[in-house]
Amino acid sequence: MTPKPKRKRSEAVYFWIIRIFNYFIVFIVGYIIFDIVWNGIGAINWEFITGIPRKGGAAGGIFPAIIGTILLSVGTVVFALPLGMFTAIYLSEYAKTSRFTRLIRMAIETLAGVPSIVFGLFGLGLFCLFFGFGQSLLAGCLTLACMVLPIIIVTSEEALKSVPQSFREGSLALGATKWQTVRKNVLPYAVPGMLKGSLLGISRAAGETAPILLTAVAYFLPRLPQSVYDPIMALPYHLFILATQLPDQAKVRPLQYGTAFVLLILVLGLNLLTIYLRVRLRKKYRW
Amino acid sequence: MQSRVRDKIVRLMLLSAASTSILIVVLIFLFIGREAFPFVQQLGLGALFNDRWVPVSFEHESFGILPLLTGSLVVTFIAIVIAVPFGVLSAVYISEIASPREREILKPFIELLAGIPSVVIGFFGVVVLGPIIKVLFGLSSGLTALTGALLLALMAIPTIITIAEDAIRSVPMAFKQASIALGASKLQTIFRVTVPAAFSGIVAAVTLGVGRVIGETMAVLMVTGNAARITFNPLESVRTMTATIAAEMGEVAFGSIHYSALFVVGIILLLITFGLTMIAQRALRKYRRY
Repeated sequence: MTPKPKRKRSEAVYFWIIRIFNYFIVFIVGYIIFDIVWNGIGAINWEFITGIPRKGGAAGGIFPAIIGTILLSVGTVVFALPLGMFTAIYLSEYAKTSRFTRLIRMAIETLAGVPSIVFGLFGLGLFCLFFGFGQSLLAGCLTLACMVLPIIIVTSEEALKSVPQSFREGSLALGATKWQTVRKNVLPYAVPGMLKGSLLGISRAAGETAPILLTAVAYFLPRLPQSVYDPIMALPYHLFILATQLPDQAKVRPLQYGTAFVLLILVLGLNLLTIYLRVRLRKKYRW
Repeated sequence: MQSRVRDKIVRLMLLSAASTSILIVVLIFLFIGREAFPFVQQLGLGALFNDRWVPVSFEHESFGILPLLTGSLVVTFIAIVIAVPFGVLSAVYISEIASPREREILKPFIELLAGIPSVVIGFFGVVVLGPIIKVLFGLSSGLTALTGALLLALMAIPTIITIAEDAIRSVPMAFKQASIALGASKLQTIFRVTVPAAFSGIVAAVTLGVGRVIGETMAVLMVTGNAARITFNPLESVRTMTATIAAEMGEVAFGSIHYSALFVVGIILLLITFGLTMIAQRALRKYRRY
């Protein structure tokens, strides 16, 4: 066996150092997920999932919080998805490189960078107070919709951009109008990718706390909302209160872990679904 | 002919949907500004440059934003100092060194980190990281600026990796081939050719990471201890701008001067992140030239 040249060997050492940096992150992510799942799964039982909270949250279940989070995220996407999809279609298929298009793109980039708590202030000022919705499901959904809009736009636009140009050219050459082309020959191939965007949007909306803290939630509300103008309970906020506001932390620890577990499963489940979709789609469509 | 008309209408509809984003940005500035205005009108902007944030007091309220600003800066600075080497080296590893199969697993895994809700990370900080910090440094409480900064670093890392990896991968193959052909090793090529060529993209990645960190609310609210005082010691408790808004908005009377002051803090946050976004986008446009 000939010895490796010296340079090769020292290079391998550097590569290993870089690899360790990377796997350290992987380890931390794995550990957080493991910690929540390991400690959370024991707290899960039928009563915890389907029961209403008692004693200010120190006992009982989290059912209203689960329902609240589902309502919030679905409501968010109902508002944000059409708007985001139409914006993406415009930007990808219609927009020319004009000053106005640049302005739209700048606005989307700005929205993507606005901190979630600032969205909360905005929602409070506009939806809760100015429109008079108060602390409600509706105000929460609208606030979160503004927040997830950039995610949906960017993923939808990517999906549209990945449809080959020849699909459009063929249709236009046959005399179809622009909209006919987009609707019949571009959109159908981009829909799965757009679905991915909406799933990411839902998972983001389900996990956010700061915006709904100011616009939608009530901590202790052991019943389900009756209308969209009612305040709701939500999993992230419930976890926040359990972890910071209750006395006797050791006693409520199982409830904290249980809530964190349910939230994590909900959000990561949606994330995993988008990853699965991406892998499948890449196999299915290959141009 | 009819389809032509329909085409025009559809185009108009799509355009108005796209314009909504502009409208939302304008409304954000307008409505936060509207609620912040009474503070500026009654106390003036000068009242902010004060080192005491005592919003509720029998004698004299004080809305000095300096302790909140330094709180945010300390936490952000430490978080970024930690996140940058991890983020950039991971991006280098994923795009240049890892085998394709390894990449297929690593990328989604790191995206998973971005998907973990900040309140769950904050909870992890309260029950696991906080006690570790407490024992490690022999403190009376594990709720410190450092605890918050470590969690924030974790949250900035996926942002940095995703954008930096994209920038590194978009460096043209020809650059690397030329370098290898001249006799450079793979390592030399990565750090003397590829990374410098992707530099503006990496700058954008870090800038957006800073934006993410400075705007993070729940995790810092839960683990930094929330003492509003000026300190640069990472082992002391601090209070950030975001945490202040989240913690105090629930107890404040609508329309009071305290309420308005929280919106002023919000607008300062908004301006900071807006500036960071603009810098990042500028840097991104540079690398997209290739």
